[in-house]
Amino acid sequence: MEIDPFIFRLSIFILSIFVGYYVVWSVTPSLHTPLMSVTNAISSVIIVGAIIAALSGNDAVIFSSSSIYGFLAIVLAAINIFGGFLVTQRMLAMYKKKKKEK
Amino acid sequence: MSANLSASLYLVSGVLFILALRGLSSPETSRQGNLFGIIGMLIAVTVTFLSVDNFSSGFIYVIFFLAIGGSIGAFIAYKIPMTAMPELVAGFHSLVGLAAVFVAISAFINPEAFGLGTPGNIKLASLIEMAIGAAVGAITFSGSIIAFLKLQGIMSGAPITFKGQHALNALILVSIIVLTFYLCSTQSSSLFWILIAVSFLIGFLIIIPIGGADMPVVISMLNSYSGWAAAGIGFTLENTALIITGALVGSSGAILSYIMCKGMNRSFFNVILGGFGAADQSLGDKNKEQRPVKSGNADDAAFLMKNASSVIIVPGYGMAVAQAQHALREMVDTLKKNDIKVSYAIHPVAGRMPGHMNVLLAEANVPYDEVFELEEINSDFANADVAFVIGANDVTNPVAKTDPQSPIYGMPVLDVEKCKSVLFVKRSLSPGYAGIDNDLFYKDNTLMLFADAKKMTEEITKNLD
Repeated sequence: MEIDPFIFRLSIFILSIFVGYYVVWSVTPSLHTPLMSVTNAISSVIIVGAIIAALSGNDAVIFSSSSIYGFLAIVLAAINIFGGFLVTQRMLAMYKKKKKEK
Repeated sequence: MSANLSASLYLVSGVLFILALRGLSSPETSRQGNLFGIIGMLIAVTVTFLSVDNFSSGFIYVIFFLAIGGSIGAFIAYKIPMTAMPELVAGFHSLVGLAAVFVAISAFINPEAFGLGTPGNIKLASLIEMAIGAAVGAITFSGSIIAFLKLQGIMSGAPITFKGQHALNALILVSIIVLTFYLCSTQSSSLFWILIAVSFLIGFLIIIPIGGADMPVVISMLNSYSGWAAAGIGFTLENTALIITGALVGSSGAILSYIMCKGMNRSFFNVILGGFGAADQSLGDKNKEQRPVKSGNADDAAFLMKNASSVIIVPGYGMAVAQAQHALREMVDTLKKNDIKVSYAIHPVAGRMPGHMNVLLAEANVPYDEVFELEEINSDFANADVAFVIGANDVTNPVAKTDPQSPIYGMPVLDVEKCKSVLFVKRSLSPGYAGIDNDLFYKDNTLMLFADAKKMTEEITKNLD
């Protein structure tokens, strides 16, 4: 009997939860705020769905009832992607080590 | 592009996202990690473009809207002050939630575009995944909006509670499950809209009873929800990158919530069911008999610190409110010139989000190897000469160790009272968020400095010279 592809996706999902669990425990507490902003940025990979939704129309009807939601989702996800990665970069650039001058 | 190739590339971007989080294990590797994240996102978006078969003119609009969102995001990222980071993160979470809802709606209206069947005849598994994605997304959206309003001060940070709140919430949660069930059997679009509306409502109701100081838990929890929403949509779209990312973000947020709850010695449900402080207020009033406190001025504080050989700084939310981090760094620079050893002690729940204080200190150019977590530094208080508490309160209260009756009993606190002398910058004697008096105010070795945190710090610096 063939295995339902859903089971494969479920396996990826469960294993990723464990990967996430161990990776996040190793994040140093002083970087918890950048962790939140970067997880926020990467969860905006939902833009993949938004693009598919936006292109669900055809040449005659670009803005169909379903594609409009796609376009809106693209704007929201794009704000998050650019905003999230850039603000993380801005924060991380501030973390400096003590200068050894003495 | 073949389906197998695009699926493999989505896997690559999923792995890059794992490396992005992995990089955050130390500040040196973190910047590289962020770069991995950006590359992962680039791959995911490019692959999606390349796998679209029909290049309609809608493509131009996709680029157009992408550019609009991107510029707004970039603008916000450069303009936002570091003190506003909690609001920003809450706001961003709401956008992820809403985007998930929109994608789910689009997939419901036009399932052919996603290969999920035809309207009114969507594959059962896809419909369940869609419903979960939409419901969790909607909860994330409305919950984050409330968190944002509370953090921004537009809405009062005080918990809003009413009778029958928990019963109502439970009822709504059950109705969401029932609605999902009927949606699957009838494929009715009106049920789908009702499901989304009810989910918006529950997100709102869950967050309003939670008060300001519990915000670190709430933000982490919403972070987690935004991940699960993304994962739900990932299952609908059969997209590996989205499933991996959703799982990563979901577990990341859950771990942060756990760490924050532990920092307050409260269970997750205790925080979510809300109302901390509301029940304890009467208790605080009862003990309000006047006890003597010693108060001093900047001159006294400067004198004490000048004669110290080691000083520990304890920052809290008040420092963020007064924007005192730069003034504080200048004071510390002066102390260091006088060969005084200075370190910073950060409580896990100091501020309004995980790591809030660390970011502010980093902004003020404080080297991160002078900043320590509670477990690392707590034993050092006994050997330090002066503790300088700026904007923190409940996290220093020794009552948490001594009085089993206290609502904060058992909460890990910084052993500030073990220092030879304590300088406590505060605007008034008012109790902290938990509504209880801080015993530290009345200790013999405590000197209260009643002033705005920033002004006081600046004055001390002047007096040190």
